[in-house]
Amino acid sequence: MNREAPVNVIVAGLGGQGVLTCSDLLADAAFRAGLSVKKAEIHGMSQRGGSVSCDVRFGAEVLSPMVPDGEADFLVVLEPTQEAPNRHSLKPDGVLLSVSDLDMDALPSKKAMNTAMLGMLSRHLPDIEETCWQDALNAAFPDKIRAMNRDAFAIGQSNA
Amino acid sequence: MDDKAVLVNGDDAVAMAALDTGVCLGCGYPGTPSTEILETFSGLGGRAQWAPNEKVALEVALGAAFGGGRALATMKHVGLNVAADPLFTAAYTGCSGALVIAVADDPGMASSQNEQDSRRYAAAAGVPMLEPADSQQAYDFMAEAVTLSEKFGTPILLRLTTRICHSKTPVQRRAFPAPAATGFVPDIPMRVMIPAYARPAHRRLRQRLAEVQVWNESGPLNIRYGDSRELGLIANGISVMHAREAAPDAAVLQVGMTYPFPIETLRAFADSVRRCVVIEEGDPIIAEACRGAGIAIESAPEMYRFGELNVGKVRRILAGDTTPDPARPPGKPPQLCMGCPHRLVFEALRDEACLVTGDIGCYTLGVLAPFEAMHTCVCMGAALGVGLGLRHVLPPTEARRVVSVIGDSTFMHSGITGLLEMAYNPPATGHVVVVLDNGTTAMTGLQEHPGTGRKLDGAPARQILPEDLARAMGIDRVTVLDMDTKGSGFRDTLRADLDSGKLCMIVARRPCILSLRKQKKIADVNKEGDA
Repeated sequence: MNREAPVNVIVAGLGGQGVLTCSDLLADAAFRAGLSVKKAEIHGMSQRGGSVSCDVRFGAEVLSPMVPDGEADFLVVLEPTQEAPNRHSLKPDGVLLSVSDLDMDALPSKKAMNTAMLGMLSRHLPDIEETCWQDALNAAFPDKIRAMNRDAFAIGQSNA
Repeated sequence: MDDKAVLVNGDDAVAMAALDTGVCLGCGYPGTPSTEILETFSGLGGRAQWAPNEKVALEVALGAAFGGGRALATMKHVGLNVAADPLFTAAYTGCSGALVIAVADDPGMASSQNEQDSRRYAAAAGVPMLEPADSQQAYDFMAEAVTLSEKFGTPILLRLTTRICHSKTPVQRRAFPAPAATGFVPDIPMRVMIPAYARPAHRRLRQRLAEVQVWNESGPLNIRYGDSRELGLIANGISVMHAREAAPDAAVLQVGMTYPFPIETLRAFADSVRRCVVIEEGDPIIAEACRGAGIAIESAPEMYRFGELNVGKVRRILAGDTTPDPARPPGKPPQLCMGCPHRLVFEALRDEACLVTGDIGCYTLGVLAPFEAMHTCVCMGAALGVGLGLRHVLPPTEARRVVSVIGDSTFMHSGITGLLEMAYNPPATGHVVVVLDNGTTAMTGLQEHPGTGRKLDGAPARQILPEDLARAMGIDRVTVLDMDTKGSGFRDTLRADLDSGKLCMIVARRPCILSLRKQKKIADVNKEGDA
C-alpha cells in the first residue's frame, strides 16, 4: 500500500433508496475540500429496485474510479441485505456503517435516510470540513427539502 | 467561460466539449450508458434531438456535416450495429464539417444484451477512433475529434465505456475557435456513392487512413506515464487507470487513438522495456495488432476477456494468476416496479401459456419470476421478426400460442419494419403483437420518442401512434386498452385475438409510473409557454 492511497468508500443499497444521491454528495463534499475525487456508478437495470452500489475515492491522487476488492475503508449500506454482496470490498480493518445502526424514528422523513447515513460517515472523514458538507447539501437539494436533509445529516452525525 | 474545474461524468464531459466546440446538432437514440450525452448537451443549450433509431440519427448527423456543420451522433454499442450501414459508407464519402460518433460500450453488461467491442467497427469501416480514460480526456478527446474530423475530412468514432460514461472525475473546460459558417458545396464524386465514384473513394479512404496513422504516431493522444525500463503496460480507455494503479512503478503507454494504430509508437515502447504487457478490456485487439506487426508483447489470458477489468484483475494478469474469480453472494436482481402496467400483461401471458418473443426494455424483466413469460430476447425490434419466424414453422397448435411483445419506444425504433413484414408475409395462423405502451423510453431513464408527442427537451411534437400505423398497414384487429388496475379486459382480448387466426395488435397503454412526475413537470412548463 503506498502512502498516498486514497480514501475508498462504497455506498450500497437498492434502487430508489438514494445511493446515487448519497455518493454524489460525498464526492461533491470531497471535491469542495480540494481533494482529487473519482466516483463510479452503475445505472440501467439498477433503477428497478435491484442492487445498486457506488464507489467514491478521494485523496492526493486517484487513478481507477473503482475501489479494488478488499480496499474499501468504509462500506455504507442503506439496506441491511446489501451488506453481504459488498462485504468483500471492505478492508479487514475497514468500517461498516449500516442503516441498522440508525434510529429511523429520529429522522424528519425516512426518505432522508441516505443523507443521515452520509452524516454518520462524515464523522469518520476529518479531511472534509463541515462547510464542505453543508455546501454540498445546499447545492444538491431544492428549497423544499433542503432543511429536512440538513436535519437528517445532523442526526446522522450525532448518531455516529 | 467558468474557469473552475467541475466534477462530472464522461457523458457530461462529451456534451460540454460539444457545446464549447460549437457542435450545431446532436442526434442519437437513448441507450445506457450513452444517454446523458444528449440530455446534458440539450440542458446546456445545445440543439439535441432523439431520432427514432441510431441509423437515422447518424444519417441526420452526416447530413449536418455534409452541410459544413459540426455534428454529434450518440448511441450505445449495439446502436452502432443499427447505424453500421451509414457508418461504412460515410467513411468513403467523408464530410466537410465535423462528424463525431460517440459510442458507449458496456463491458460486463450492466444494462445490455451483449458486450461487443466497438473497436472492431473502427477497423471494419475505416473510421479513426479515440478512447478517453477519464472525464477530462472525454472532454479533450471530443474536442480533438472535432478538429481531426475537419482536418482529415473523416467521421471520428469516440469510444466510451460504462466506467468512462458513468464515472465522475474533474473537468476543466476551455474556449475554442468558433466553427466556420455552414454551407453545402456540391461535390458529386465525393458524396454520391455509385460504384464509379465509390471505387476511387475507397482508395481515398485508405490513403486518408495512412495519413491519419502518420499523424497519430507523433500526435498528442498517445501518452506515456512513467519511465520504467523494466515493466511496460500498453492500455486503452479505462484500463489505463487500472494499469497505472495496479503497477505504480511500471511505464504505461495510453493508446488514445486506437485506430489506426500508432504501430511504430507501440513498437518503440515495447522495445524500451524488458517486459511489455497489453492491458485491454474486451477483445484482444491491441494485442493482435502488436503480434501482427511482430512486436513482442504479453497479453491477458482468455478468462480476462469477459466482463470489466479492474485494478485487482490487472494485478492478477501481471502475476499470471488464472484462478477463477471467487464466488460472491448475489445482489438483488431488478424487477418490474410495483404498480407497473406491464405486470398485468405478463400475468396474462403466463396464465395463457403463451410463447412470448420479447424485446429490449424494462419489460424484458417479464422473463423473471413471478412471470417467467418471455422466451426469446435478441435485439431491438426482434420480437416481431422472431415471433413471425416461429409462427411460420411451428405446428399450428403451437404456432397459435406465439405472441410478440414490444415496448413503445422499441416499436418506433425497429418494430415498424417488423410490422410491415407481418402485413406482407402473414403466418397461416395469423399473429398477435402486444405493444406495451407506457409513453416513454423507461429503461434508459424516461426519454421521449416519436410516440410520446414530445421532443427531447419536452417541447410538443407530432405524435405517432402504433395503432394508427397498424391500421394504415391493414392489420385486421387493432385494440387499444387502458391498462388500469383491472387491465381493461386484456386477458379476454388476448384470448380472442389468439383464437382469431388474424393479424392482431393490442396496444396496452398506461403511463410508466416513474414518468408521472416528469410528465407533470413538462406539462406545467408547456402550459406556461402557452400562456
